[in-house]
Amino acid sequence: MILNKLDSALGFHQDALRIRAQRQEVIAANIANADTPHYKARDFDFKATMQQATKQASGGGLSTIKTSDNHLDGVATNNASSAGPGEPLFRPVIQGNLDGNTVDMDVERNAFTDNAIRYEASLLMINGQIKKMLTAIQGQ
Amino acid sequence: MSLFNVFNISGSAMSAQSQRLNTVASNLANADSATSANGKPYKAKQVVFSAIPTQSPTAQGVKVQEVIEDNSPGKVIYDPKHPLADDKGYVTMPNVNVTEEMVNMISASRAYQNNVETMNAAKSMLLKTLTIGQG
Repeated sequence: MILNKLDSALGFHQDALRIRAQRQEVIAANIANADTPHYKARDFDFKATMQQATKQASGGGLSTIKTSDNHLDGVATNNASSAGPGEPLFRPVIQGNLDGNTVDMDVERNAFTDNAIRYEASLLMINGQIKKMLTAIQGQ
Repeated sequence: MSLFNVFNISGSAMSAQSQRLNTVASNLANADSATSANGKPYKAKQVVFSAIPTQSPTAQGVKVQEVIEDNSPGKVIYDPKHPLADDKGYVTMPNVNVTEEMVNMISASRAYQNNVETMNAAKSMLLKTLTIGQG
């Protein structure tokens, strides 16, 4: 199926974009709560989440019992991998605040910009792949 | 879509910070109000922030949970000509610490700016996402 192939070609970056967007949200919440007493800064491990998502998308996370040789392998759909990014972790405290807040604005701003640029990098790669596919389809 | 939720989160922080700026303005404006509606000197007010859940289980917004009054004693000045002076000539002035309020103001304004930038970044990311596949 050509549609399946197109889907899996874009699937990796689709997952990457989704996780980047979710991470952006968590970091935005850290920045928003920079002055909230007892708020603990959170973030999640992009690498681990991405590995989990690609494992699910490649069918590794979904095994089916086959009672006949004619049965097909189970394939995880994108819905399976669009579950949440898992429990976010707490950032290590570098210089704690007197009010129990652990947001370090420099760290957060850094992570925010870094994440935004990587998000746009994923967008560029998706655009490149779409262009490649169009060239292949049109055959010109 | 999680990027849209960034607008909610940053928006909640912006409104909380502007409320903080509002109390700072009120404190500074009333730094010399020796009397008020209840006949007592003005008392400095402070906001208390609290994290609130949003649509996302992992990211939290902000709200002003309450506005508290500073109960520390006001500064007492000697001014026998003042109409509110007691029989010994002392007047109790508000307990507003102007230096503290100025620091608070700068902090609130910077935090507000941070959230504006966060929102702008999310907006440009969303707009770029909309152009996927347009060449």
